[in-house]
Amino acid sequence: MKELEAIQFVHDQMLVKPEFPAFNTGDTIVVTYRITEGDKSREQAFRGDVIQIKGHGMTKTFTVRKMSHGVGVERIFSVSNPNVVAIQVLKRGRVRRSRIYYLRGLVGKKARIKEKKVVAVAK
Amino acid sequence: MNGLIGKKIGMTSVYDNLGKNVAVTIVEAGPCVITQVRTEEHDGYSALQLAFGDRKVKNTPKALMGHFKKAGLEEPMHRVQEFRDMNLDKNLGDEVTVGDLFAEGDKVVVTGTSKGKGFQGVVKRHGFGGVMQQTHGQHNRLRAPGSLGNSSFAAKVMKGMRMAGHMGNAQVRVRRLQVVKVFPEQNIILIKGAIPGHKGAYVTIEK
Repeated sequence: MKELEAIQFVHDQMLVKPEFPAFNTGDTIVVTYRITEGDKSREQAFRGDVIQIKGHGMTKTFTVRKMSHGVGVERIFSVSNPNVVAIQVLKRGRVRRSRIYYLRGLVGKKARIKEKKVVAVAK
Repeated sequence: MNGLIGKKIGMTSVYDNLGKNVAVTIVEAGPCVITQVRTEEHDGYSALQLAFGDRKVKNTPKALMGHFKKAGLEEPMHRVQEFRDMNLDKNLGDEVTVGDLFAEGDKVVVTGTSKGKGFQGVVKRHGFGGVMQQTHGQHNRLRAPGSLGNSSFAAKVMKGMRMAGHMGNAQVRVRRLQVVKVFPEQNIILIKGAIPGHKGAYVTIEK
């Protein structure tokens, strides 16, 4: 086995393929993740806008930004992290770039993301 | 100790059972072929000689080629090494695979040749602080070793004084590394943390 093949093989084997809904930059999502404190574990939700998606496969991560008491909070999650229990998409946002960092400089009404109109496909 | 010869492939990171991200080294370990069995009666000590890696026939001495033929090997192998007191129920010419020896959670010892760093100064080689300042009369001495010893008494540099010189490319042994995962069919083993050597370097893994 060649070097790169072997690394790819390990990634494929170690990647837990979670069944999360597809989401994109600009979407509003809720990430539920497990926190272990001592021997107790509980689940916590983080709700905010996806401002970037980075990497692929095992190294794929995404950043979620929310406003908490007037302070911007960002959290980076790894898709392959087994502690990320669930992802729920609340709103599809219409954005024109893949990394919406400009949101960091905006507050209040300016920091809104337009909702994407999803056309129902007739069957 | 039971062991295997392997080839360092590279590093990556994986999530363990607790959801912790751990850095691991991927090693292609074995399959090794037993090329000689040393016994107490015949050789005065007990050991198994293992061989691993690809090698061309034209680059192999005829004597070594004959040695491989005895073990029933058609193709020569690159690395030949003895492992002392290796107790396995195998005979000459048998294959030893990673699944035979290692399991998840085992503590292993990895030996390899470290990356060569060339001629290095004392700051990199021995962790000296250097002069730490550029003013107060310092010029061209930022990474200098400083004093080498005393003045009139002793009046010599003590043996073993740490100085600049060749660094790396030496045998390094790392103990108590944890096995994170074993893939017996692919002959791949994941070891927690870093191991000595460059990518493609031969290492021995012992338990």
